[in-house]
Amino acid sequence: MANNVDALYIFLLVVSAMMTALIFTMVVFFAVRYRKRPGQPAEQIDGSHALEITWSVIPFCVFMVFFGWGAALYFRERRPPQTSAEVYTVAKQWMWKFEHMEGQREINELHVPVGRDVKMIMTSQDVIHSFYVPAFRIKQDVLPGRYTVAWFHPTKPGTYHLFCAEYCGTMHSGMIGSVVVMEPKDYEAWMGGGGSQPLAVTGEKLFAELGCVTCHRSDTQGRGPNLVGLFGKPVLLEDGRSVAADENYLRESILQPTAKIVNGFKPIMPTFQGQISDEQLNALVAYVKSLGQPANPAAGRNLATATTQP
Amino acid sequence: MATAVLETGERETYLNREYGIKSWLLTVDHKRIALLYLMGITFFFFVGGFFALLIRLELLTPAGDLVQADTYNKLFTMHGQVMIFFFLIPAVPAVLGNFLIPIMIGAKDLAFPRINLLSWYLYIIGGILMVYTILNGGVDTGWTFYTPLSTEFLKTNVVTAALAVFVSGFSSILTGLNFIVTTHRMRAPGMTWNRLPLFVWAHYATSIIQVLGTPVVAIAIVLVALERVLHLGIFNPALGGDPLLFQHLFWFYSHPAVYIMILPGMGIISEIVCCFSRKRVFGYKAMALALLGIAVVGFLVWAHHMFVAGISLYAALIFSFLSYFVAVPSAIKVFNWTSTMYKGSITYQTPMLYAFGFIGLFTIGGLTGLFLACLGIDVHVTDTYFVVAHFHYIMVGGMVMAYLGGMHFWWPKISGRMYPEGWGRLAALLVFVGFNLTFFPQFILGYMGMPRRYWDYSHSPEFQILNVLSTAGATILAVGYLLPMIYFLWSMRYGKPAPDNPWNATGLEWMIPSPPTTYNFEEQPVVTWEAYNYDEVDKRREEVPVAH
Amino acid sequence: MHTSPPATVEGEAHQNPALLHHFATEEQQKNAASLGMWIFLITEIMFFGGMFCAYLVYRFWYFGDFAAGSSSLNLTLGTVNTIVLIGSSLTVAMAVRCAQVGKQKAIVVYLLLTLILGLAFLGIKAKEYKDKFDEHHIPGEAAFHLEGHVPRHPDIPVNQQHAQIYFSLYFAMTGMHALHMIIGVGLFMFLTYKAHKGVYRPGYYTPLENSGLFWHFVDIVWIYLFPLLYLIDRHP
Repeated sequence: MANNVDALYIFLLVVSAMMTALIFTMVVFFAVRYRKRPGQPAEQIDGSHALEITWSVIPFCVFMVFFGWGAALYFRERRPPQTSAEVYTVAKQWMWKFEHMEGQREINELHVPVGRDVKMIMTSQDVIHSFYVPAFRIKQDVLPGRYTVAWFHPTKPGTYHLFCAEYCGTMHSGMIGSVVVMEPKDYEAWMGGGGSQPLAVTGEKLFAELGCVTCHRSDTQGRGPNLVGLFGKPVLLEDGRSVAADENYLRESILQPTAKIVNGFKPIMPTFQGQISDEQLNALVAYVKSLGQPANPAAGRNLATATTQP
Repeated sequence: MATAVLETGERETYLNREYGIKSWLLTVDHKRIALLYLMGITFFFFVGGFFALLIRLELLTPAGDLVQADTYNKLFTMHGQVMIFFFLIPAVPAVLGNFLIPIMIGAKDLAFPRINLLSWYLYIIGGILMVYTILNGGVDTGWTFYTPLSTEFLKTNVVTAALAVFVSGFSSILTGLNFIVTTHRMRAPGMTWNRLPLFVWAHYATSIIQVLGTPVVAIAIVLVALERVLHLGIFNPALGGDPLLFQHLFWFYSHPAVYIMILPGMGIISEIVCCFSRKRVFGYKAMALALLGIAVVGFLVWAHHMFVAGISLYAALIFSFLSYFVAVPSAIKVFNWTSTMYKGSITYQTPMLYAFGFIGLFTIGGLTGLFLACLGIDVHVTDTYFVVAHFHYIMVGGMVMAYLGGMHFWWPKISGRMYPEGWGRLAALLVFVGFNLTFFPQFILGYMGMPRRYWDYSHSPEFQILNVLSTAGATILAVGYLLPMIYFLWSMRYGKPAPDNPWNATGLEWMIPSPPTTYNFEEQPVVTWEAYNYDEVDKRREEVPVAH
Repeated sequence: MHTSPPATVEGEAHQNPALLHHFATEEQQKNAASLGMWIFLITEIMFFGGMFCAYLVYRFWYFGDFAAGSSSLNLTLGTVNTIVLIGSSLTVAMAVRCAQVGKQKAIVVYLLLTLILGLAFLGIKAKEYKDKFDEHHIPGEAAFHLEGHVPRHPDIPVNQQHAQIYFSLYFAMTGMHALHMIIGVGLFMFLTYKAHKGVYRPGYYTPLENSGLFWHFVDIVWIYLFPLLYLIDRHP
């Protein structure tokens, strides 16, 4: 993926270099060739429609190539593959907190195995940050109050810089870390030493502790909608709208339950805003996502990557 | 032609007509107001430049060892705010535009001279607020004021900085309003739209942007200030608000703002290139339409600053597509300037050297804009030094060079003195070399991944060498900027008295004395010739070597 | 084409003291002033536009809470204010008309009426603000509470955060509007004084006309604000 970005970059570089050379050469050449000489007045030329059109249309066509190629890359870059391994990220001034689905928690360092797609599901506890790994050519702002998503496919073992790329206060330049890409067997070894609880299991426990299970039963008798198999499917709301049940929908449903009321249900769910931390919220979301899915914490069906504003 | 003569025997001009501080602070003469602005923007240019120097000194070494992190954050914030709102936006319109537009169209003054003075006072009040902000501990929001950082998480002078920007914004709006009405209603007989100098067209297009765009950032800033003071939640997700709403409102102005900054410069370049090539501009209509096109399309592209901010995929596609549209009229202008030189009769006085520099550097700046408009690349380079290099190429390599070129070109008219040509050329060269050395390495730094607004980069010592080059360039650039300041001041006392038309240029401003009288024209001119009629001008006069 | 006719050095300047020196003719001055005022009003549209934009976004997202906030406003006072303001636009238009036909005394009467109506509007607004203060509907205050439920949804309680956003926009928009009213009142006090001096007459009433434009604009802003703020989801 990074190679594709570089290929496009080099293409633009070459075209730009040619254009720059052309303009520089013409300016210098004209400046010298048409230097004021006695007896040789300037020749007045009003213009040329043909030329104006030519040098509007041709650059525009070239621009459209830039646009199209860039858009194609961007499409891929904004849509994580559905089989990506997921890492929940909470950014705060001035550190990165990661939690793998298997339960491992890391601060400022993210270990991943080579060759497996990784989808970062990110939110901020305070101000806007930005998750930037130059080596992977990816960047995504991390916002408070919602999830944003980035993904990458590591191809080479190594340690790569992670930078915060959205100015976030005093230690913005200190909010850095690394992504450590390991050979699969090294990664397994690293993952094995720790004995942490998978994120979805943490979520399951919370689901029970917080009383969610009393209304959200796995049958049709509950006062709340059945959440099994919900994730990734469209949901019909009581005002007739249909929305996709993605991560942001789940998050909003927990924090602002009356924002979107499911058709056929009453708005009786209490809000959990202020009562659970971002990490607990991530665990709940991970749990609900896992309901009705094949037992593979690394998988998660997802539709749109994040609900977004125009 | 009767010229008034003072008791001292000097010819009466707008400068010596009245002395005393009241005659300046209560003037309604557009030329005096232009000079009042000149003092303000020069002051702020050096304040902003001083901050830049400190930034570059800090970045000489990877560690944050010159100033503290908070101080550094204040430095880049205030560098941006001062340079953008108190230098770049007013510089050409309020100094050269104010001085020249009435004269160029054959009028005695702008349509609303008192509002012009009010604009200056608003600028000064905004400036005082900015100076207060700086002296009272500074502000560190970044010039972009993103929420919720600026509303909830900082303890610095956010409100006074916001007010400074707000008040100076009204200065900008009133100047734009004045120029639009002036251009519509004050043209002398025979000065049709098709005969207007491109300098006037450029300011007309700029004024449209000023008038339509500035109010939106004004309200965005007011809401930020209110939110901060009253703990509202309009932009704060913790209270149900949306930080992206602020970004949209902010960039809706701030993108067109960059065209406010560059269009007047383009107007200057057209005047200079025509004069020193002794030719009409190639494609007058296309040039005028391109100015208007940039102004209009410039309003449609703001969210290209937000490709990774969390906007929808489809919004990003639309804004990327539209951003390529706005590049086309800019490209047309570069081609047309170059074509104007073709078969010209070119000389290399200082203004023309700045024009050469502008064409080259604006080309590079504009081309790198194409990289940023490209979604796939922008994801990697946005928020890095690539963007910093891009906008400095346009703003400094483009706009500041155009401003300096214009100041040199019209200095004889404004002051009645010639600047020393040798020093002028030296300064132009230093500026060009220093500029490229400062900012070209930053493109590379950006692609390597160095984020912007970083106080310390000790985790990536590989960034150092390029930073050192950049700082070296900045010191050369600083010398290049100091020189004109010194020799312009010197010339006011010791410079050679300037003739009415030292460049044998076309345009009404060159048909009146240097410096002009207060009311510009003895009688209202009646225009019967087309713009840039260099063939007629050169045929009429004998081949007199232009003053070197 | 709006190029000016050749100026005469003598002539018109002496006939009309209101003609400023840099204009060639009175007509040019009048046209310039009118164009200037219209452009200024366009900037005002953009200025209020930012807030309308914020309003649109949040109303779409938080419709129920916005409706709840809206129903807490005093519809009677709002309606009275609307009538008052439209009435004041009428008196302004009448004042301009009187200037056009030379009824000097009537100009002053209509301007005074405008002032009275304008001040009445501000007074009623002040009362409304006070009510909000008493009811603890001031956004950002610790004791903020909008009691009740979303209109026509008795089972959905009001989301206090979203309601505060409604009130933030209510105060920002009506506050900015009131500020413009205050400026307008000041402007019209000045005009009343000048009218009393007999400055305005059929040949010269440009300041009156342009100030009238400003007043009408402020009126139009209110005509948008009233339904958007007061009438969300109201049913008989």
